[in-house]
Amino acid sequence: MIDSYLRQSALDHLGLAGRTSEEPEKAAVRLGEKLLPAAVNLRGDVADPAFVAALREALGVEPPSAPNTVATNGEVALLWLGPDEWLALQHGAAPEAEAQMAAKLRDALGDLHAATTEVGEQYVCIHLAGPKAREVIEKGCPLDLHPRAFGGVGHCAQSHLSKATILLHQVSPGEDGEPAFDLYTRRSFADYLWRWLEDAAGEYGVAIVAP
Amino acid sequence: MLQITCPHCGARAESEFHNGGEAHIERPKDPAALTDAEWAEFVFLRDNPKGLLLERWNHTQGCRRWFNVARDTVTYEILAVYPMGSQPPALDPRRYV
Amino acid sequence: MSGYRLSSGGQIDRARPLSFAFDGKRYQGYAGDTLASALLANGVDLFGRSFKYHRPRGLFSAGVEEPNALVTLRSGARAEPNTRATVVELYDGLEASSQNRWPSLAFDVMAMNQLAGPLFSAGFYYKTFMGPTRKAWMLYEYFIRKAAGLGAGTLLPDPDRYEEMNAFCDVLVVGAGPAGLMAATAAASSGARVILADEQSALGGNLRGSASAQENLAGLAALDNVTLLARTTVYGYYDDNTLGAVERVADHVAAPAEGQPRERHWTIRAKQVVLATGAIERPIIFGDNDKPGVMLADAGRLYVERHGVAPGRRVAVFANNDGAYRSVAALTTAGVAVSAIVDARREIGAEAQAIAAASGAELLLGQVVTRALGGQRLSGIEVAAFDPVQGARDGAQRQISADCLLVSGGWTPTIHLASQAGGPARWDDSLTAFLPGEASQPWRAAGACQGTLDSAACFAEGAQAGAEAARACGLSPNPVSLPGAKTEPLADVPLPVWDARPPHGKGKAFVDLQHDVTASDISLAHREGFRSVEHLKRYTTLGMATDQGKTSNVTGLALMARERKLSIPEVGTTRFRPPYTPVSLGALAGQARGSHFRPTRRTAMHDWHVENGAEMQAAGLWLRPRIYAQGSETVEQAYSREARQVRASVGMVDVSTLGKIDVQGLDAAEFLNRVYSNGFLKLPEGKARYGLMLREDGFLWDDGTTWRLSETQFLMTTTTANAAPVLSQLEFLLAAVWPELKVAVTSVTEQWAGMAVSGPKSREVLASVLDDLDMSNEALPFMGVRKGHLNGLPVLVARLSFSGELAYEVYCGAHHGEAVWSRILEAGKPFGMIPYGVEALGTLRIEKGHVAGPELDGRTTAEDLGLAGMTSRKKHYIGSSMLKREGLTDPARLKLVGFVSADGGKIRAGAHLVAANDTSSPPRSLGHITSTTYSPALEKYIALGLLEDGPERVGEKLVATYPLKNIDVDVEVVSSHFFDPEGSRMHV
Repeated sequence: MIDSYLRQSALDHLGLAGRTSEEPEKAAVRLGEKLLPAAVNLRGDVADPAFVAALREALGVEPPSAPNTVATNGEVALLWLGPDEWLALQHGAAPEAEAQMAAKLRDALGDLHAATTEVGEQYVCIHLAGPKAREVIEKGCPLDLHPRAFGGVGHCAQSHLSKATILLHQVSPGEDGEPAFDLYTRRSFADYLWRWLEDAAGEYGVAIVAP
Repeated sequence: MLQITCPHCGARAESEFHNGGEAHIERPKDPAALTDAEWAEFVFLRDNPKGLLLERWNHTQGCRRWFNVARDTVTYEILAVYPMGSQPPALDPRRYV
Repeated sequence: MSGYRLSSGGQIDRARPLSFAFDGKRYQGYAGDTLASALLANGVDLFGRSFKYHRPRGLFSAGVEEPNALVTLRSGARAEPNTRATVVELYDGLEASSQNRWPSLAFDVMAMNQLAGPLFSAGFYYKTFMGPTRKAWMLYEYFIRKAAGLGAGTLLPDPDRYEEMNAFCDVLVVGAGPAGLMAATAAASSGARVILADEQSALGGNLRGSASAQENLAGLAALDNVTLLARTTVYGYYDDNTLGAVERVADHVAAPAEGQPRERHWTIRAKQVVLATGAIERPIIFGDNDKPGVMLADAGRLYVERHGVAPGRRVAVFANNDGAYRSVAALTTAGVAVSAIVDARREIGAEAQAIAAASGAELLLGQVVTRALGGQRLSGIEVAAFDPVQGARDGAQRQISADCLLVSGGWTPTIHLASQAGGPARWDDSLTAFLPGEASQPWRAAGACQGTLDSAACFAEGAQAGAEAARACGLSPNPVSLPGAKTEPLADVPLPVWDARPPHGKGKAFVDLQHDVTASDISLAHREGFRSVEHLKRYTTLGMATDQGKTSNVTGLALMARERKLSIPEVGTTRFRPPYTPVSLGALAGQARGSHFRPTRRTAMHDWHVENGAEMQAAGLWLRPRIYAQGSETVEQAYSREARQVRASVGMVDVSTLGKIDVQGLDAAEFLNRVYSNGFLKLPEGKARYGLMLREDGFLWDDGTTWRLSETQFLMTTTTANAAPVLSQLEFLLAAVWPELKVAVTSVTEQWAGMAVSGPKSREVLASVLDDLDMSNEALPFMGVRKGHLNGLPVLVARLSFSGELAYEVYCGAHHGEAVWSRILEAGKPFGMIPYGVEALGTLRIEKGHVAGPELDGRTTAEDLGLAGMTSRKKHYIGSSMLKREGLTDPARLKLVGFVSADGGKIRAGAHLVAANDTSSPPRSLGHITSTTYSPALEKYIALGLLEDGPERVGEKLVATYPLKNIDVDVEVVSSHFFDPEGSRMHV
């Protein structure tokens, strides 16, 4: 058996675990990697009750039909990617979780015209939090992230950050002045994006954390 | 930079999109029935109007869906956004001579 | 001029003296000074030498419009040429130097250019430096460029960082003077997200430092829906109400603090914009009007009121409007002596008269300044009577002694942004000025930029514009109270006087000070037929350079109008383009420098490659191992060794960068059958097929293998370069062409790490390391695909060969890419297994005659490359119809063949193939070389290429000629299948 410690994030080489800050609360931006989420890409017709029922059965959560929103049951989150596309995400799960989730979905979907694709290994999840987290993203991303425009928690959007494609998920609203975001990018771009973020956040003071 | 309203994701910056050329260029349903001239028209010839142009855009860095845009090539004003497979809404484009 | 520091007054902090140096000499100024005001306070009046004539130049303005006082700020890597001293905020330790002078500012040998004046008139380069040959210009140009011009930039890398920011707002207010402040206040009262930006170091414009402005700004700063941006120039107005701005975050200090950017570029997307950009004073021209000591009247007022500096000891004023009287009043209040006021008007209002009387100056009405007197600085003026119709009179001129002349020719509204986002500017005859044209984007103008010069009116206009902008966003503004400014009785309507010289006036009369364009240059342009404004601008360079003619454009137009006997609006105006003021390249680049310039994509095995000596090579954005050189091996030695070892035993190459697309759905097979030129309907489960994709016009586009994983699921692979375009095309076809097909496509390029295990021992290696797969030829035949496990991990194994050897591709989840890669290599140790790079990959495929990027160049067809058998005649697919057109079936088309070097010389990619006996020059090209390598299997240099009648020429001797480097290699035409043409090795 190839041990699970041989599973490598695309940011492994940066040795982030050894660079975590002692006083993260002093930094205006906290950066960290949420390791190896399980993710399944889903295509299907949200107007078809059978499709919705199959997702509810397999994941315990229904796909949101409102654009740029997220539905979650606390364990699995369904992020809206397009009118017939979602990303089912689970953090902190066992290595087998992704295949199991996909298998459950395939069983539940049966013969419906839907598609289930395991995609967790192509993503890296970077977590950004703190009083200046929003500004760091705004430096390179053309989305309006103001609370009036970006609906706070439960909001997600695909866009680009500098020259990398991203999926942005706001996970903390920032009413306390500490907004938090999960930012997904393709693994081949992860090194580029991490370095860019750390550089962009430098102005405000950045701490590396293990979220 | 244009702001383009993706019919699915809402208003976004042009940098998230790719232009896909003129819209409503329908691929022949019965390819064998076409003359050479008709093929040439389909493959090579595109309008380049001053004023209203119907074109396809793809939200490449967003939902990746294709859609149609009615745009004035002089002012760059986007007059309408409408789904693939549908006809443009009634428009009152500015005319140029 | 003899400027000096006033004993009191100004918005400077006299408790904070600052030390600075200009041309190596040390001076002292105060916090709140600009470099210009501090030098003026020290009595410095010589700031630089002019562009063409090297004439001495002093301060002309107090703002961004400055044409003369350009200096090089800082030194070394931070040196910044052509910086306007009038906008450089003084800091302790500032160093600046003058430009375009040698050996020194005071004594500049190039000033003799003045003596050759006529030579340097408009178009002089082109008229003078002609011949004897076309190349001669290049020699002349070298010397001209040395003599003319501005400061020199540094070649050192900029040590500072630059940032960018994307901002959104309901209302952007550009300019924080009286109108802008009220616009922002009114808009903000509705709860709108407001950005208020101003280029100056503090907000307030003409109200800077006043109690009412401070109160207003404090109120705005307290609102969380308002962003205040000082030192921020909104320089460009782009599509969809997107505006570009540069914030000078740390330009006013010696060096930015740790982590702090020097400048930040803002991309502002606003729903509504209020342009409150103000106006710039313009001069009246007369003889030698560039003499240091001549400056704009309002600049004189600003130096007094803002910096506590008197512009001179004996100040004269020359005006055609009441604006200059504000300056007279300011000087009088500060105790600066005004000796004479020369006003072209025969009558002036009571208020102006009162100011003149209070100043004690001699008031000379109906007269104009015809000439400035003095050597390197102003010592006096000549004055003559003026008639509005006839102009100034020749003859008896009175001389008045003065060390400073304040000139006011009226106001030019700053309509740059309005012009960038609107129709043609509108001429206002009473103000003799261009005003903003019709808005083509949602902006409204307020205040001086639309010709309103009275403060009370500016307040009202600003408040109204801000409220309207908020309402246009669907918000409800509250009424705002306007500061209690009383309407000023001063009349700003000028008497049109552009050129005050009498018919036989002496001295050069400069229209554009920065580019040394004189009134006679404009006359010359007219005589020579360059009469349209566009021609005038390009022929004389009027209005070009760093100031973009902010103080000269309208005067230039007026003079051309006089020549053409037309009105100014009939002559027209050029359109303004961004940027309004110079923008540093650093600000535009932002963070996109070094490794941030573009992404570098890394495969899951990247670190292993680097740690194991791979030389990495870019493939698009990806980095791939090129070779794993051992010792002092050359590239050729390394890839030859690697390729040899693959053919002898086994090797492995990282193929993770290939595009991978998950194709799912009931109609997946039908879809692929329409997309590929060869059949996919009958591809059985567990099998892969090599497929060709054509463009709609019939040319080859992409190739790759597609694996049928189940009845309704395929894994498509594409070339590395076309991964994204192929996905996009498939999505397009499903959305636009065949929406009825039940198929979904999803990129999985990065879900899988891929490695190709090639060589006769590949089966044994994989059999030893895979948990559960029968690797026998029967169980896993050529093109077979199996799901299996490696140490418990799910993997996909496909028996594919790009090298011509027995070979497999192994795909595993990307997280385990490096683990699986290492595990396989370890298992291969007993066989001498090696990793190989893309050079060896290329060598192996060329030896087999497989096509790749260089052959799929967008101009070749399947038939050209010997792949006609893969274009089905039984079905319709993308590209099939156009494939049959004459041009694509022409027998004269170039065809793929192989070449071996006949003389042992290395064949170059891109070399042209010519007949050995062709002596014409240039010889006729029969085709060209596409891919080349040294072949360790053949022990020769070999190549693939495209050749007329290619297959028929096998056996012929040709020359591969590379004229760029004069290299000719004798080659023999052979079959493109150099090695193992029967394919026996991969079928074992």
